Amino acid sequence: MSYLPFALAGWLFLVGLYGVVTSRNLIHLVVCLAVVQSSTYVLLLAIGYVKGGTTPIFNGIPIGTKTVDPVVQALTLTDVVVSVTSLALLLAIAVEVHKRTGTLDPDELREQRG
Amino acid sequence: MSHRVRTVLFLVGGAGLAALLGWAFSGLPAFGEYHGVYGRLINRETLGQTHALSAIAAVTFDYRGFDTLGEEFILLASVLGVALLLREARERDVDASRGAETFDPIRATGLVAVPVVFLLGLFVITHGYLTPGGGFQGGVVTGLAIVLVWLATDFRSYAALVRKPLADLADGLGAGAYVAVGVGGLLAGGAFLESFIPRGTIGELTSSGTIGLLSWAAGIEVAGAMLLLASEFLEELLARRER
Amino acid sequence: MIPLQAVTMTLVAVGGLAVVLARDVVRQALVNSFFGLALVVLFLVFQAPDVALSAITVGSAAAPLVIVIAILRVRRREGKR
Repeated sequence: MSYLPFALAGWLFLVGLYGVVTSRNLIHLVVCLAVVQSSTYVLLLAIGYVKGGTTPIFNGIPIGTKTVDPVVQALTLTDVVVSVTSLALLLAIAVEVHKRTGTLDPDELREQRG
Repeated sequence: MSHRVRTVLFLVGGAGLAALLGWAFSGLPAFGEYHGVYGRLINRETLGQTHALSAIAAVTFDYRGFDTLGEEFILLASVLGVALLLREARERDVDASRGAETFDPIRATGLVAVPVVFLLGLFVITHGYLTPGGGFQGGVVTGLAIVLVWLATDFRSYAALVRKPLADLADGLGAGAYVAVGVGGLLAGGAFLESFIPRGTIGELTSSGTIGLLSWAAGIEVAGAMLLLASEFLEELLARRER
Repeated sequence: MIPLQAVTMTLVAVGGLAVVLARDVVRQALVNSFFGLALVVLFLVFQAPDVALSAITVGSAAAPLVIVIAILRVRRREGKR
């Protein structure tokens, strides 16, 4: 039971990867990749969590209160914002691929290249 | 490789990966039993060292400020990539009169929301070291507040408000400012990104040394990045003719 | 582990699966927004309001914006052919 968050991270990673492998549409594929990426957020935050701990913002909480790890949170919050720009970059590539080849299906794309 | 073969191959590989992950995770301390030293040390020392109420902001913009510099440049690089890719291939003409085809009540609400959301974004950037928030979150809010103008009216009003070179400039300037603050630490005789201004009184807006400055640099960059992304994608959507 | 955390984790697990299984891109964009929202709740119950704030701005506005525009752009070209 106490390993459930780690199992969740592994689950999201594998499920997202399954979507990437079986996808027939590049836009669908890119969003599946975002699911894979979200598994890293879950893993990081799960590692830094302390049972019964509060957020490490020392605004009106008594000295000595148990707090969770701020480092993993700092890593995650910047990555969430950066991830949307990489999502946009991948989508832009998908749109360009469609402009040039007229399809978004990875299998058809390979056939076209011969 | 056919679709079926690829799926089977993944199921085999995925099962192996799942087994390895299970093995690896079972070696971690159980959920909630965290015993890492680094985070605990920061939680104990951060108030005295950085004068920032939020340990998360202190880590983002002080203890691991160099990490954040890396993140900023990843952000800059991917936004540059989007701009290069879409600008290169785009036909000139944009049908600027096309709005987001919105109902009038929503339109009115949207326009009222613009300044409110914009101010909220600036608030979040400013108070990052006192409350949850900071340059990254606030930057997204600030940038998207301006995109609301398009949702509520049309592209012409949006384009009049957002000059693309300005968004480019904000994006680059934010990243540059972050480096400049870092170099400031060097000039003051400390290390790169070391705080060189007084830490002030804990809990006040003027506290925390360079954390506030770096937060603003990140906020400006992220807001610029969001505007650039939105502009490029909107122009792509509204381009009048196909090649 | 408190029950709220367990419930939210289940929601996220189901949400992730739903995003992958939604083969129609428009439906997937919608499901993805719900998945994003479930993640935000998870971050909150993990005591990470900063990350939640980050995820809610990105997941509720920025990500859907780029995904929907990419879909519309591709659809429009397909309509012309």
